[in-house]
Amino acid sequence: MADTGEVEWVENQIGRLVPRSINGEELTPYCGPFNAVPRNDRKHGPRLGYIADQTSEVIATLGAAIEKVGLKDGMTISFHHHFRNGDMVMNMVLHEIQKMGIRNLTLAPTSTFQCQEDMIIKCIKDGTIAHIEGGSARGEFGRLVSSGKYLDKPMKIRSHGGRVRAVEAGDIKIDVAFVGAPSADELGNLNAINGPSACGTINFAYVDVNFADHVIAITDNLVEYPNFPMSISQEKVDYVVVVDKIGDPSKIASGELRVTNSPTRLKIAKDTVTISDLLGYVKDGMNFQAGAGGISLAFNEYLHKLIKKKGITAGWAQGGTTKFLVDMLKDGTVKKLITGQAFDMVAIENMKNNPNHVDLPIGAYANIHGKGCTVNKLDVVVLGATEVDLDFNANTATMSTGIIAEPVGGHSDTAAGASLTIVTVPLFRGRFPVVVKRCTTVVTPGETVDVVVTERGIAINPRRMDLLEKLKHAKVPKEMRICTIEELNRMATDITGSKVEPNWGNKIVALIEYRDGTIIDVVRDVVPKYYDDAVYVDKDRE
Amino acid sequence: MKLRRSRLYVPGNNPKMIPPAGLYCSDVISLDLEDSVGPEFKVDARMLVSEALKVIDFGPCTEVTVRINPLSTPWGKWDIEQVVCEKLSGIYIPKVESVEDVIQVDEMVSRMEERKGLERGRIKLFATMETAKGIINAPEIARASKRLEGITIGGEDLTADLGGERSADGLAINTARSLILLAARAAGIQAIDTVYSDFEDEEGLRRETTMIKKMGFDGKACIHPLQIEVIHEVFNPTQEEIRYAVRVTNAIERARKKGSGVIALGKKMVDRPIALKAERILARARAAELSIPEIEEEG
Repeated sequence: MADTGEVEWVENQIGRLVPRSINGEELTPYCGPFNAVPRNDRKHGPRLGYIADQTSEVIATLGAAIEKVGLKDGMTISFHHHFRNGDMVMNMVLHEIQKMGIRNLTLAPTSTFQCQEDMIIKCIKDGTIAHIEGGSARGEFGRLVSSGKYLDKPMKIRSHGGRVRAVEAGDIKIDVAFVGAPSADELGNLNAINGPSACGTINFAYVDVNFADHVIAITDNLVEYPNFPMSISQEKVDYVVVVDKIGDPSKIASGELRVTNSPTRLKIAKDTVTISDLLGYVKDGMNFQAGAGGISLAFNEYLHKLIKKKGITAGWAQGGTTKFLVDMLKDGTVKKLITGQAFDMVAIENMKNNPNHVDLPIGAYANIHGKGCTVNKLDVVVLGATEVDLDFNANTATMSTGIIAEPVGGHSDTAAGASLTIVTVPLFRGRFPVVVKRCTTVVTPGETVDVVVTERGIAINPRRMDLLEKLKHAKVPKEMRICTIEELNRMATDITGSKVEPNWGNKIVALIEYRDGTIIDVVRDVVPKYYDDAVYVDKDRE
Repeated sequence: MKLRRSRLYVPGNNPKMIPPAGLYCSDVISLDLEDSVGPEFKVDARMLVSEALKVIDFGPCTEVTVRINPLSTPWGKWDIEQVVCEKLSGIYIPKVESVEDVIQVDEMVSRMEERKGLERGRIKLFATMETAKGIINAPEIARASKRLEGITIGGEDLTADLGGERSADGLAINTARSLILLAARAAGIQAIDTVYSDFEDEEGLRRETTMIKKMGFDGKACIHPLQIEVIHEVFNPTQEEIRYAVRVTNAIERARKKGSGVIALGKKMVDRPIALKAERILARARAAELSIPEIEEEG
């Protein structure tokens, strides 16, 4: 693990100190959202295959498949997270690898969930896994990374688009991609809309299967050749392994997502719709994205109502899709849906038979070093954050205690792309102010955040003179208060007191990589101070 | 004109719900010490509410009131002693059955104002009738105190007292509603309706609010911030109503300038009820900060 005293520090464009290099790897400091061009001239290339006259790729056991692709010590393996908290694939594979005694692997998942934490932690402790290439970390896994005790190199935390860029550029060289597939045929044509573990889409795996040297598909639903639709086609897949179960359907999709009942959150959602409208963004043909958190779902509901009331039609919506967006598609208030992840059964079912509801490779969604991405066409995106600061920088990776806790998702990608980026946050959470002077960790630069909506006031980024000008002529309802970000910070700290800085140690445990591959911030280890449980507690040793 | 379209109940013993209560811009907040607080929490709630009144800024658009326990309970008297302060605008008295119920509170509030060095008579009173006896005595109760600015009705308790059933059409309590309204108007004060209990049923709330607005009520109590917007939407005059009211006042103005006693708008005569209604609509629109267009008409 890199010691803070050993690296040479340089200040990046948002005033954060980042290392010039780490473990011999040159790093580029963040230099603005659209300024870093690709470092490499060409994409990283995967190995050629050789199938000769083979007519089936089905292999009897997972172990045999791992042996066949030649997984060795020190290699990199990847997984997608479409089965969410119902995933059984990663645990199954890690268990097999552990048994085979392969060590020092780099784990490069698109994201992780609680159901995988125990296994990942075991593998880290016994040396099966030596390094993490994010993606994100959360929960116990995030706390383990934050403890700085077990991994030999800092983890890189990347956005969805940033991970695609890193794989294409060869920053992450995937040796074996393990792809959980809700349906597969014997040559490895895969899709995610049929089968007992249907999850709607496996688009997060598209970049992995295109750039990994080897691909092993794992399915619990082998179907007759050829499997339609071929979301991932046979030419990318080395072997197919059939197992009893790849996922727990009740945890893959949330049964019924509910709009929040919290009055403050509902107010935030409603004010977000109102401010988007006052700023002229709720218009015919608008394209938007909001997640599946309580505020985002409520935003969808209120936006749906307003669109109906105005008698207009939205162009398309994208992101994690839910019943709430499908309802809009069905009543014609939005024309098309693009799914990044399907969050509930309604969305999964709808993807089966609605031609206006499709998935998209994550590169086409958010990769800045690709040749076109949908985030650039977004009119409005509504995001959350754990903190926002006076420069409008947003933190979505660590808690205010400094501990890595949240997945960063497509936060910085959509913020950079959308014409109007709105961050919705409560002014404070428990004893922590959320609008702070300086974020604990920066994931999304303030230059790409336009509006911060809290329950007690709304701040417009002063860089957006055009928005401020528009608001001058708009009639703001009296229950909404437009103020400066400094005022929001003051209101927050009047209630909670000022932010307490984390008790940082002197190791760099993670680098926050911006979507273009530059380094926007670092995360250090956290030393327990007030509360022992503030960092990872080694349960085995207790 | 003091707008009291919406009155939000906030449980007095819930420290999470009290601080943001002003954010939703109901016209009135009632920090509740009575029905939403169980007997074992009465003292806690009283302390919490009296402290909250001192330190929490509920914002500019809200009238901050407390619903005390009835004086017939062991808590009512102490409630008044502790909650009367600079920031308190009014007290809601529950289960009022007689003129004395109001007078007693009035006298206690006066004593407290004096003892605490507060401006005399600033704190308003509102009486809630929740029994048949209270409803029958409403005409006298409505005139019981100079502080009294409104009377209101407690739907649940009244229904139980009458032996009726709560229903969407309000059959059990509609007569009582009419009596309350008559009593309020006769005394020149406001009439405020009871809550609509199912806060997820927006359409039901809209229906009931529309009905009581048509009856003549000034506002309605609510138990969830979600209900405020619907209630305001119903009570706010529509743009057509505002436009018509503006044209009526224009016509009156034109007639006055001409020195004509007969006021006409188009082919219609403007008589006193029409003029009064126009005035009331414009007063409501102004108080709710709605936009009032200027309309030019060829005279």
